[in-house]
Amino acid sequence: MLLKLTCLIPLYPLIGSIINGFFGLKIGKKAVGFIACGSMVLSFLTSVLVYVGFLMLPEGQHVFEQVVWTWFGAGDFVVDFGFQVDPLTLVMMFVVTGVGLIIHVYAVGYMQEEYSYYRFFAYFNLFVSAMLLLVMGNNFLLMFIGWEGVGCCSYFLIGYYFEKKSACDAGTKAFIVNRVGDFAFLLAVMYIFNVFGTIDFTDVMHAAPEKLIYGGEIVTIITMLLFVGATGKSAQIPLYTWLPDAMEGPTPVSALIHAATMVTAGVYMLVRCSVLFNLSPLTMIVVAFIGGGTAIMAATIGMTQFDIKRVLAYSTVSQIGYMFMACGVGAYTAAIFHLVTHAFFKACLFLGAGSVIHGIHGEQDMRNMGGLRKHMPVTYWTFFISALTIAGIPPLAGFFSKDEILYHSLMDGNIIFWGMGISAALLTSFYMFRLVFMTFHGVSRVDPSVHPHESPKIMTMPLVVLAGLATVGGMLGIPLFHGWHILHNWLEPVLHFDLASALQHSEHMLHEAGRHAPSWAHLLEPKEHNLWIESLLMVFSTVIAITGVAGAYIFYIKRPDLPEKFTQGQWGLDMVQNKYYVDELYDDVIVKPTVEGSNLLWQECDAKAIDGTANGIAKIIGWCSRQAQTLQSGFVRNYALFIVVGFISLLLVMF
Amino acid sequence: MLENTVPLSHYLMLSATLFVIGVVGVLIRRNVIVVFMSIEIMLNAVNISLIAFDHYMNLSNGQIFSFMVMCVAAAEVSVGLAIIISIHRNKPTVNLDDFNLLKW
Repeated sequence: MLLKLTCLIPLYPLIGSIINGFFGLKIGKKAVGFIACGSMVLSFLTSVLVYVGFLMLPEGQHVFEQVVWTWFGAGDFVVDFGFQVDPLTLVMMFVVTGVGLIIHVYAVGYMQEEYSYYRFFAYFNLFVSAMLLLVMGNNFLLMFIGWEGVGCCSYFLIGYYFEKKSACDAGTKAFIVNRVGDFAFLLAVMYIFNVFGTIDFTDVMHAAPEKLIYGGEIVTIITMLLFVGATGKSAQIPLYTWLPDAMEGPTPVSALIHAATMVTAGVYMLVRCSVLFNLSPLTMIVVAFIGGGTAIMAATIGMTQFDIKRVLAYSTVSQIGYMFMACGVGAYTAAIFHLVTHAFFKACLFLGAGSVIHGIHGEQDMRNMGGLRKHMPVTYWTFFISALTIAGIPPLAGFFSKDEILYHSLMDGNIIFWGMGISAALLTSFYMFRLVFMTFHGVSRVDPSVHPHESPKIMTMPLVVLAGLATVGGMLGIPLFHGWHILHNWLEPVLHFDLASALQHSEHMLHEAGRHAPSWAHLLEPKEHNLWIESLLMVFSTVIAITGVAGAYIFYIKRPDLPEKFTQGQWGLDMVQNKYYVDELYDDVIVKPTVEGSNLLWQECDAKAIDGTANGIAKIIGWCSRQAQTLQSGFVRNYALFIVVGFISLLLVMF
Repeated sequence: MLENTVPLSHYLMLSATLFVIGVVGVLIRRNVIVVFMSIEIMLNAVNISLIAFDHYMNLSNGQIFSFMVMCVAAAEVSVGLAIIISIHRNKPTVNLDDFNLLKW
């Protein structure tokens, strides 16, 4: 049975990581690269086999669970170490192993000069293993293990250049900011266990419509906590500040962890718990607002940054904002669709940026680039295609996925969400092409002593593959015609949600509690797929995307003096360039009080009160001992006197 | 006979007196040898009372016990004198108060 192979998928990278981690220095760079990529190949092939096995499941069965062993149990609380394969997991598995494999190959070339090559690949493989655990686990706790695992590997890899203070700080920041979200996630898991008595995904999702009241407090609290967890990992407002700093890590890390896979874990989690979120309209609105807000805010910051990787980082934050907005309006398919296409084009963009950085020897500032098109044609063309994709030019993948989100945000949400989305789309195409034009076009501003060169084949091939995927990835979800949306049909069993029966249950529960159920009739009105509006929106967003590109063209190629003129004396620019001073705000409001409070506790409470008490007791005892020590005079006759006196007093006491 | 001539209390008085002499000797004399001899006096004072009791109560335990005490005393004397000699080699004095190093 092919599905039995499921448990091997996360195991291969784990083994690769262990071998590389412990014996990496001895076996040499070639072997390390071979083992790292080999484990990914095996993992990918196994995923394909599992996919085939999944297709062979009998009709109507959409989930396969494999329990490897019982992890622990205490009373009613039993947690299995088990995997779950369903359409959603399979999509994520292919993204993680497929894109992961491509980036591994790239990294073999990119990291060639590094001394601790083996350390990088050990962490990299470990990351993939944890990520697979995250998407394949069949209960919340196992997901949490993966969740923490990827966070930990992210920390290791951001701080890969640990001699650099900024890299260490960035790693610490990422870890701590993530912890905030993780804490909320853990609380959510505890609450779920409290309510359902189980943390198995299938059981919880099955029981949720019958146990939870639509729009009730319990489900709202649970989903809010889950969402806070997601904001931490997926870099959304208010916990997004770590992601731009995470660019201190090597570029393949940024591509794999901080663009393609780990940061989308929050989206995956939301889609996985879609049943719970569907039950809480309040949380949905919050999710959509946060997502849309993040999309716009990060896009504006992205426009003003000059570090090539930072622009891409803000772009990532912004695109994940899109995915959250899609989840918020209930368009989970669109979110996953965008997740997949985003993984392709953002990985390609990051790797392209890495190739540029590699080609001009570590320069990351776009003001010192320009005119690189001639020197690195492959990088340029793949980068260009991916930039078109993210800008949303048809018929590339990003167009389809982004458009679907925009369509749903208008139809299932309201005009505000759509407005947020479309303005973020305009900004996206503008800053992306600002990046392209500043880097590859115009006059060269590269340091004359540096000779830009194209990267080796092992780095450009992954770029080509990813650019190809970014081009054709849109075929997964062709809009307009009903039934052509492959991804939608594929994910249908996972996302299936019977609102009518859930509402009936809720009404019943409310009646039993003696409360009056509000009218939910309007929720059940069928929504029609409006072909005309969708086509119109498509045309409109294409125009918007082209406007953005044209704007960037005018600003950065035609009239390079314009940006200067345009921003001269604008008070807003400073604010945006400084990322809305959010980092400073967090520093002042959270970090500094924490540090000062800790200092206070340390110096006043710990050093004075606690140490004072402990030392005081010791001092008192020491003083008593010094008094007692005079008894031991060293004169034998004294002792004899004590014996006699003692004996006589004993006699007196006894008789 | 003998029991009519000297009553038990006399022996006990003698024993107690000797014992007190020994105790006082230990406490007030500084000469190691004298202190040592005082200890011997104490031991023998006890022996006297043991034998006196033995005699007046027609037992033999007391005699055996006093032999025991003598044996131990002999052993103690040999060890004690050895200690005194070795101390004397380090410090040419027999004054007990000069040996006050063994303290805190």
